[in-house]
Amino acid sequence: MNAPIPRRDIASSTSAPLLSVDNISLAFGGVKAITDVSFDIRKGEIRAIIGPNGAGKTSMLNCINGFYHPQAGSITYKGNKRERMRPHVAAAQGIARTFQNVALFKGMSTLDNILTGRSLKVRRGLLWQAIWFGPALAEQIENRIAVERIIDFLEIESIRKIPVGKLSYGLQKRVELGRALAMEPDLLLLDEPMAGMNTEEKEDMCRFILDANRRLGTTIALIEHDMGVVMDLSDRVVVLEYGRKIADGTPAEVKRNEKVIAAYLGVPH
Amino acid sequence: MIYSDEGQLKTTYAADMVIFPLAQDRTLFAILMLLAFVGIPALALAGIPPFHADYIFKAILTPFLILSLAALGLNILVGYCGQISLGAGAFMAVGAYAAFNFASRIPELPVLIAILLGGGVAAAVGVCFGVPSLRIKGLYLAVATLAAQFFFDWLFLRVRWFTQDSPSGSVSAPKLNVFGWHADSAVERYLLVLSIIVVLAALAKNLVRSDIGRQWMAVRDMDLAAEIIGIRPVRAKLTAFAVSSFIIGVAGALWAFVNLGSWEPSTFSIDRSLQILFMVIVGGLGSILGCFLGAAFVLLLPIMLDIVPGALGMPLSTDTVSNMTMFLFGALIVFFLVVEPHGLARLWVILKEKLKIWPFPY
Ligand SMILES: Nc1ncnc2c1ncn2[C@@H]1O[C@H](COP(=O)(O)OP(=O)(O)O)[C@@H](O)[C@H]1O
Ligand SMILES: [Mg+2]
Repeated sequence: MNAPIPRRDIASSTSAPLLSVDNISLAFGGVKAITDVSFDIRKGEIRAIIGPNGAGKTSMLNCINGFYHPQAGSITYKGNKRERMRPHVAAAQGIARTFQNVALFKGMSTLDNILTGRSLKVRRGLLWQAIWFGPALAEQIENRIAVERIIDFLEIESIRKIPVGKLSYGLQKRVELGRALAMEPDLLLLDEPMAGMNTEEKEDMCRFILDANRRLGTTIALIEHDMGVVMDLSDRVVVLEYGRKIADGTPAEVKRNEKVIAAYLGVPH
Repeated sequence: MIYSDEGQLKTTYAADMVIFPLAQDRTLFAILMLLAFVGIPALALAGIPPFHADYIFKAILTPFLILSLAALGLNILVGYCGQISLGAGAFMAVGAYAAFNFASRIPELPVLIAILLGGGVAAAVGVCFGVPSLRIKGLYLAVATLAAQFFFDWLFLRVRWFTQDSPSGSVSAPKLNVFGWHADSAVERYLLVLSIIVVLAALAKNLVRSDIGRQWMAVRDMDLAAEIIGIRPVRAKLTAFAVSSFIIGVAGALWAFVNLGSWEPSTFSIDRSLQILFMVIVGGLGSILGCFLGAAFVLLLPIMLDIVPGALGMPLSTDTVSNMTMFLFGALIVFFLVVEPHGLARLWVILKEKLKIWPFPY
């Protein structure tokens, strides 16, 4: 591993946000998943989103990458306030994500799964691909090299050709991270990437997330329940409860916040 | 250890991406090609049974190849892209009648071009009937493709323009003149079909191991996840319908022009659609090899049932054979769908894995 790049203090930086969420509300019928939430994600930071189950964290990521369309409020990404957008458009603009429940392509190998992450980079059309040789092959090899770099990075060389359905849950989560990284995203949304993992797997995953952030410069939004992990990894934390934002700041600030303590200890307030 | 990857280290990604990474598989494939292109025609020329008679070419080899091609087309849609279709027969009919119209209305057009254009028309029609797949899935889509089947059954029977006013929709194909080569004899026709199928199968294999093939499989396995990595399910599904229908359309045109010579709409009825779907299921969903295995199996089983008991001295009546065939197909389809959706192709892979470590148990 390379030495980590010296890090400017992102938490106190005033640089323009990569993404800002302004007064978003989202409801399903009568269920209010998100109520009037605003926060931003700065370029280069790891932004944690925490909160009890059902707080609206996953729904928030779904809004950011275009799965859900909030009924009120707006999302500004790379300086553009965006209209209702489809997930594939978000992907084309550099937003990648992983899911709380692994969402891999079960019938395909590790290699093919990660290669699908390169789909947006493919320029050669159907006819070239049918011919295979020539420019299409050159492009395939180019993408294969990029994917092999990720396989190397995530230390999953030995499972390259194995159908992902046969892998352990921990490895599947790793492959899913690989597929997201293959997109070379500007903003990576990770929904509980360490849930259900043992300590060793968690440590590996932490290392990969930090490396992706420091070495590849990827901005990351991270939903995580393990407070130790959140405190270690993140530059800033936003806390949701019952769909509302109850705190926002550095890990140290958030940890001291009374509302947060109450929410996590379940003290009525 | 005869069949093993020992000592065959891949040093480049290009070498790792070839269709047959194992030298033994390459040899086997080369032998098969040599047999098909040279060996079998040579046996026919030399008059060695059973290749001395046209029967084996007309009744077994040529139909086998054409139906393999149709199964290949259907497998792209069903096996690779996960869009169920009961309308393969309809797209064969579109290919056949479109090629017929091109060939008879523009007599200067080479027959091969007419056949490919037939595939092109089938592709366009396939895309139109693929549009509902953007909204509906599974059983509902199956019903929509079934509607396509009945619509084209009706269209070619009732609308005289397509059959050029022939009563009952029965038409005849033009002579098979492929750029000056008159494919008249059974062996020549077999070679013509074989060449077309080898080329199309190679192109299809390239597609399924390229980005577009991965897009199809991604949409099949989880369309929501496909969309978040930038795959447009609309595009992936419609290209699958187009490619699939093109191949099925060409197969239909070949079936009509080469195998039958003259035909009527009932050739491409729902029975044909189901037969091809059986081939895909028995052969293996999502496998090119499986299409050929499935077609061979579905075609050969009734023939075997006809010949083998007779040879053993207890001939079965035609009724018994056809009933037994139906029964066996039913049982096999249930077996493969429940136990081994990857079909015969998967059993072949398992056999090869076992061979790799043979003679050791693991
Ligand atoms: N597609 C949906 N349909 C109906 N309700 C939903 C849907 N998605 C989320 N919700 C509801 O929104 C709330 C927030 O859920 P979620 O965002 O998954 O929370 P978290 O990820 O913080 O655990 C929950 O009450 C959940 O039931
Ligand atoms: Mg969640």
